[in-house]
Amino acid sequence: MATLVSHPDEVRVISKRFGQGATNIDRYLELDGYKAVQKAIAMAPDAIISEVKNSGLRGRGGAGFSTGMKWSFVPKESAKPKYVLCNGDESEPGTCKDRLIFEHDPHSIIEGVMIAALAVGAKTGYIYVRGEYRYLLVIMQKALKDAYAKGFLGKNIFGSGRDLDIHWHGGAGAYEVGEESALMESLEGKRGIPRIRPPFPAVVGLWGGPTVINNAETLAAVPHIILGGAEWYSQLGTPKNGGTRLFCLAGNLNKPGVYELPMGYNLKKMVYEVGGGIPNGRKLKAVVPGGSSTPVLLPEEIDVAMDFDSVAKTGSMLGSGGVVVIDDTNCIVKFALRTMKFYKHESCGWCIPCREGTDWLEKTLKRFHSGGGVKKDIDNIYYLSENMLGKTFCPLGDAAAMPTMAFVKKFRKEFEEHLDGKPCPFENVAAGEPVLA
Amino acid sequence: MKFSEQFETRFAEMVTHYPTKRSALVPTLLYAQDEIGFLSDEVIEELAQRLSLTDLEVRNVISYYSMLTTKARGKYNVQVCTNIACMLVGGEELLKHCKKKLGVKDKGTTADQMFSLEEVECIGACSWAPAVQVNYDFHENLTPAKLDQVLDSYRKKGTQ
Ligand SMILES: Cc1cc2nc3c(=O)[nH]c(=O)nc-3n(C[C@H](O)[C@H](O)[C@H](O)COP(=O)(O)O)c2cc1C
Ligand code: SF4
Ligand code: FES
Repeated sequence: MATLVSHPDEVRVISKRFGQGATNIDRYLELDGYKAVQKAIAMAPDAIISEVKNSGLRGRGGAGFSTGMKWSFVPKESAKPKYVLCNGDESEPGTCKDRLIFEHDPHSIIEGVMIAALAVGAKTGYIYVRGEYRYLLVIMQKALKDAYAKGFLGKNIFGSGRDLDIHWHGGAGAYEVGEESALMESLEGKRGIPRIRPPFPAVVGLWGGPTVINNAETLAAVPHIILGGAEWYSQLGTPKNGGTRLFCLAGNLNKPGVYELPMGYNLKKMVYEVGGGIPNGRKLKAVVPGGSSTPVLLPEEIDVAMDFDSVAKTGSMLGSGGVVVIDDTNCIVKFALRTMKFYKHESCGWCIPCREGTDWLEKTLKRFHSGGGVKKDIDNIYYLSENMLGKTFCPLGDAAAMPTMAFVKKFRKEFEEHLDGKPCPFENVAAGEPVLA
Repeated sequence: MKFSEQFETRFAEMVTHYPTKRSALVPTLLYAQDEIGFLSDEVIEELAQRLSLTDLEVRNVISYYSMLTTKARGKYNVQVCTNIACMLVGGEELLKHCKKKLGVKDKGTTADQMFSLEEVECIGACSWAPAVQVNYDFHENLTPAKLDQVLDSYRKKGTQ
């Protein structure tokens, strides 16, 4: 069980039932549970979609696409069955927020899937939980069973004359499966190799039927929007960035934890106030603002509103909500190497720029970090990454390239300090006194 | 091939959840592995047959997913995350510590088959780093000393 934290600046929407025993369906009902779906049943599907559109809710999985807009792409008439697929594969390094929703408020995810299904006319939904989260899968299995037992799922839900089934599904360890088309392959019992787009999943998805794919946090926000209204939700955030989001503060911080803050909350405040600043009298070196695939920000760049558009203006991305704080005792070359090692491990190998690019980059960074680097390598690392960008079959290639280019661009001097057989200038600090909270 | 009753009930239900039986494959493989310890030839043949697949199709899926294995592991699989958030607060030290304490390399198993060790990617515990998963249990905010206690408690449990 992950420990919960709190801060006065938090605005609790998604997390309002955390620690309240809401895994129990009766408790969830006491806490306004399953009211939103009943309200949605009485609404026209288009009305649900415009409410979600107007709320300014954007995908919490990383890309920040308008949720209402995504739903509107699903064709009204379809010969094949339509589906809703909840993405609970959470594995972007730095990200640990969906875990808390599954642990504390699983019914809010079920309710979100139900409302999405009503909006797009789907009769079946799936909730995919990553394999490592077995204890959360158990919680979800029970939540679904309880919802069926109450008659909330199955035939004629809430006397509406509509049938709706939702099933659980479990993964078995693979980051790439979080990518929406690979997720569908995995659910169909295959290797997680992405599919070519277009057609997009909203038109041709699971078993060829139109499929809405949303992150677990995105879906968990939906019932609150239906109950509280689009206007209330949108005003919690900044223009075009409605609501709140779970930010996972991690790395060298005094008070790491998952905090629910309004969209557009200032990153500097997040680091120094909410996260309690840097421990052991050390200095801030850099911040990875939204999971390992987002380009790193320098201390002078973090006075920024954490919404999709403001962070994009800095040349980085809001991403998945994983804020990783790096203090000045850490080596950026090593950090870049560890990041690349991850992408190399997770590359599905389907397309050459990513399969070969991540492998080359990992090898080069490894040699470079251990003192075997020459000046030309620095430009090569940048050049290799740049040549991966936009040239891969799925965005994992970009996810590996973007942060690497930023490391080189913003920390070239530190790369140069590793040249000519010099030992890593940080190695002793790192080995001698591990920073343990 | 004999699986537990719970496995059979779950399997029978699961295949009704999808338009194609094959869709049950990935979660079923993991549940089978949990019972047998690893995906033996026998398990692969059995599941392939049940889901109307070839053995090769099943093996092809197994090799993609990092949690699935065709080789036996120790009773307790110690998975140490060294990804960025954990690395910043001592994940690598934990891995080094485990290697020394258990006397095994990455992906190795102790002679008594009690522990396996594995360096893993982010397990979704970044805000409670550094973190280790032993089988499915999370252990968070660790130090080498705390990890020792964790490992000792598993050893005790395992020898009972
Ligand atoms: C390599 C890769 C990994 C991804 N992993 C996840 C993930 O673990 N969880 C998730 O919700 N989205 C993940 N995504 C994003 C999904 O492809 C998809 O955009 C998202 O689930 C859509 O939901 P949203 O619109 O609610 O954000 C990943 C994307 C890529 C390219
Ligand atoms: S970019 Fe990487 S992960 Fe995506 S399809 Fe190509 S090889 Fe696979
Ligand atoms: S980086 Fe170790 S749990 Fe996320």
